[in-house]
Amino acid sequence: MDEKKTIIQTIYGVVDEVNLQQPDNGQLEKSLDTVLFGQNGKLDSLGLVNFVVTAEQNIEEALGVSVSVSDERAMSQRNSPFRTIGTLVDYICILLTEAKDA
Amino acid sequence: MPDKQIMLITGTSKGIGRYLVEYYVKRDFEVIGCSRSPVDYEYDNYIHFCLDVADEEKVKQMFSQIRKTYKRLDVVINNAGIASMNHILLTPIKTVRNIFNTNVIAAFLFCREAAKLMQINNYGRIVNFATVATPLKLEGEAIYASSKAAVVSLTEVIARELADFGITVNAVGPTPIKTDLIRSVPEEKLEALLARQAIRRYGELRDVSNVIDFFLKPESDYITGQVIYLGGV
Repeated sequence: MDEKKTIIQTIYGVVDEVNLQQPDNGQLEKSLDTVLFGQNGKLDSLGLVNFVVTAEQNIEEALGVSVSVSDERAMSQRNSPFRTIGTLVDYICILLTEAKDA
Repeated sequence: MPDKQIMLITGTSKGIGRYLVEYYVKRDFEVIGCSRSPVDYEYDNYIHFCLDVADEEKVKQMFSQIRKTYKRLDVVINNAGIASMNHILLTPIKTVRNIFNTNVIAAFLFCREAAKLMQINNYGRIVNFATVATPLKLEGEAIYASSKAAVVSLTEVIARELADFGITVNAVGPTPIKTDLIRSVPEEKLEALLARQAIRRYGELRDVSNVIDFFLKPESDYITGQVIYLGGV
């Protein structure tokens, strides 16, 4: 549970970084329900790339584990893990669990 | 722009890569190099990593170290490459996999991981290596030429994908240069190749750094997705 909190705080840190480059009407809210991409999402495709890359780097710094959020599984899922902050956090939790079990 | 730019060069144990290390450390770059084996030289502003450039895990570990140490990366030169002259009918599949692993997979991995670092500062220069064997359709080099054709296409496409991140991606296509890469190519084949160039001589190492310098210049921020072949090919 502590790890999930760390992940959430780390992702909120990414939100702060990304918001610096977002327009005023494209600011992301720090909430698990915030839609990142797709319908009602505030990020365009480039913004999502930037968000994901920054998230991977910050997660590695915070937890000392390298995760590849944009793996082939994420790209092929019916329900994209990049849909909301909450889905992204859940996906990172899965990846970290798998990394530890490996 | 920082005082010293951080440059990563692959394949620095010999040949063009080794030359580029010496060339750019003298020009005040902080140079990071890598190859399968250790190098027999050292410079104050050079560090070396031993790894297989097509090993994703090891490549990611190296980039993680670069990020922790330097917090940035300004230039990547994807020099590492291998070739093997064979008629297609005598080419083993293992050779195909090795060549594509080193020439294409590695180039892709380094472009991807470098761009992740470069986009932090909205600045980057990626230089890939093509070869005149591709446009000259050099017999005996089907796999080498096609692997480098893949690098050309990679260069051209990611130049467009990375432009908005302030990263330019270009390639230099050398003619034969007297390094280990062409050591086993028969002399008459090399002479026949030189005869097809507009400027009929062997390439020199300075010819390669000349083109790379052009790509790296701050004024070249409007140059991307380009392949410059040497010798007028």
